[in-house]
Amino acid sequence: MTETLTATDPFIVAGVPLGSRLIMGTGGAPSLDGLGAALVASGTELTTVAMRRYAPGSGGSGGTNLFELLVENNIRVLPNTAGCFTAREAVMTAELAREALETDWVKLEVIADEHTLLPDAVELVEATEQLVNRGFKVFAYTNDDPVVALRLEQLGAAAVMPLGAPIGTGLGILNPHNIELIVSRASVPVVLDAGIGTASDAALAMELGCDAVLLATAVTRAQDPVRMAEAFKHAVIGGRLASRAGRIPKRAHALASSAMEGRPDL
Amino acid sequence: MARTVPETITTDVAVVGGGIVGLGIAWEAQRAGDAVTVIDPSPATGATFAAAGMLAPVSELHYQEEGLLALTLASAARWPEFVAPLVAAGHADTGFRTTPTLVLGADAADRAALADLREVQLAHGLDVEQLSIREARAQEPLVGPHISCAFRIPQDHQVDPRGVATAIRVQLNVVAAERGRLREEQTSIRRNAVELLHEDPADTRSRVTGVLLEDGREVHAREVVVANGLAAPTLQGLPDGLVLPLRPVYGDILRLRVPEHLRPLTTATIRGLVRGLPVYLVPRNDNTVVLGATMREDGSAGVSAGGVHQLLRDAQVLVPAVAELELMETTARARPGTPDNAPLLGRVPGPHGRDIPGLIIATGFFRHGVLLTAIAAHITRQLLGGVTDLAWEQFRPDRFSPALQSTHTEPEETP
Repeated sequence: MTETLTATDPFIVAGVPLGSRLIMGTGGAPSLDGLGAALVASGTELTTVAMRRYAPGSGGSGGTNLFELLVENNIRVLPNTAGCFTAREAVMTAELAREALETDWVKLEVIADEHTLLPDAVELVEATEQLVNRGFKVFAYTNDDPVVALRLEQLGAAAVMPLGAPIGTGLGILNPHNIELIVSRASVPVVLDAGIGTASDAALAMELGCDAVLLATAVTRAQDPVRMAEAFKHAVIGGRLASRAGRIPKRAHALASSAMEGRPDL
Repeated sequence: MARTVPETITTDVAVVGGGIVGLGIAWEAQRAGDAVTVIDPSPATGATFAAAGMLAPVSELHYQEEGLLALTLASAARWPEFVAPLVAAGHADTGFRTTPTLVLGADAADRAALADLREVQLAHGLDVEQLSIREARAQEPLVGPHISCAFRIPQDHQVDPRGVATAIRVQLNVVAAERGRLREEQTSIRRNAVELLHEDPADTRSRVTGVLLEDGREVHAREVVVANGLAAPTLQGLPDGLVLPLRPVYGDILRLRVPEHLRPLTTATIRGLVRGLPVYLVPRNDNTVVLGATMREDGSAGVSAGGVHQLLRDAQVLVPAVAELELMETTARARPGTPDNAPLLGRVPGPHGRDIPGLIIATGFFRHGVLLTAIAAHITRQLLGGVTDLAWEQFRPDRFSPALQSTHTEPEETP
């Protein structure tokens, strides 16, 4: 039953159907082998890589690198512009990624400062406009601001990716109302990106109506990344099913699950 | 013009690569009585030149890397006896010190992360003592007040890798001369090795008989040890099907001089977690400190400005007086990383499930090259003597070579 529903419910982004609604990041992974095992356990089909931190083809002859690892596991790479503070840097980084990886997908990150790693909304909007005009499919990492999210969509972003909480904090979804509002007004996919700490955070994101969840630290820095990755796989599926199943209203008073009236007298 | 026949050098053990691992292996083999020849155009200028030299199996423990712990602990235990003959021979600059290590956290999350790790360290029987911040600062008064936790690890020590490498290189020549090998070139050949020579030149899985140098000369040896780090996979003539998955993981590292009025900056090695980023300060005998190290896979071999900034910023959180030091040197080098962060160490299976005679691989030591030198030298000495210690089979160099797995059976012990 659930298999059928998940199978007929692909995550379609930038025109491409994906079988998993979990997008993984790679930052903080303790080893290449450990990362590979975690990605496989997560079931992800799309994984983002910081172009400023990993050079394509730096594995050397006979070597193994992150990009080979993704190819081996049939995982599509989503290059990102982590570490960029200006629209200019982000655009140049995206162009380098397109050249090196032959993909026009880019997760756009334009960070305001190192302490919060929060997106700089002004530079983000500027970079989104430029990248869309250059033919990129822009996955825009943004604050949980419904106004900015809508603006990014209007500028042509392929997906908007509001944060649950700042990168790496594991604080979960700090403003569920805003996430719900962003979802309710969006006509492109909404991906909850950043702040996820544990499985229930991801399930909540899906229940709020997000189309997918992106996370890295929660898995890569967990004590057992493979087990945590598997937990997220199930959490995202569970949250998605719940969001489609029609939850019961919250009530102040109890309501017996089996009604007493008309009960056969046995 | 008459063709000159290239000179052939004959030795017992040829070690390709003169980083600290290759030198340590050569030194141990020489002490076992073998004539050794180290082949490297510029010895001890790679990761060895950069490394801080922490012998820190406890604080280096990472989740999911418990398999490596037995190896790092065994190696740390061997370092005193490994370095003792060098010190006895008059090399005072090996920098071997049994200074304890002080582990500090900067913020509440760092404290939680280090406390979680301590649970695992304690579960492995390792000694990690929690100190109050007051105790830590009484011991190291220049540690800043804004730290969240402190742990003392008595068994994490240090050496100076540059000093050890120099001492070994000198000692290799001294001992060789004592044994009647009067030409230095027989012990250290400053050329690149380009190819492994095989008993059957058409079969890369036949006995290895030596090494071809870039200048056309041949080194004939009973055993060849491939210990040239990231360059190992570029050697021609490696056994067919052997995959050595190495990748460069760059690190920036700084060396600073402590001005007189701040000496000693610290007596212990300081390792810290600052907002989730690791940083360390290793005090040296000569009133310098080594401050490291970043981990970069950005493909850039030069020193990263952002990396230097990060190191100085984070070190000042732990020890604010770092700002007062003289920045003497910034260095970046690549560590040879493997997919599981563990070394590629041992023999390679050949036909009929027997290991290929004459060949030992010793590379992929990643973050732990200096620490693991002592055990790598010991294990290699055993292999050279025909002994395979099954405890270290998990680090066999063929473990990423599916083509070789099916033919591999347990090796026989051949004296």
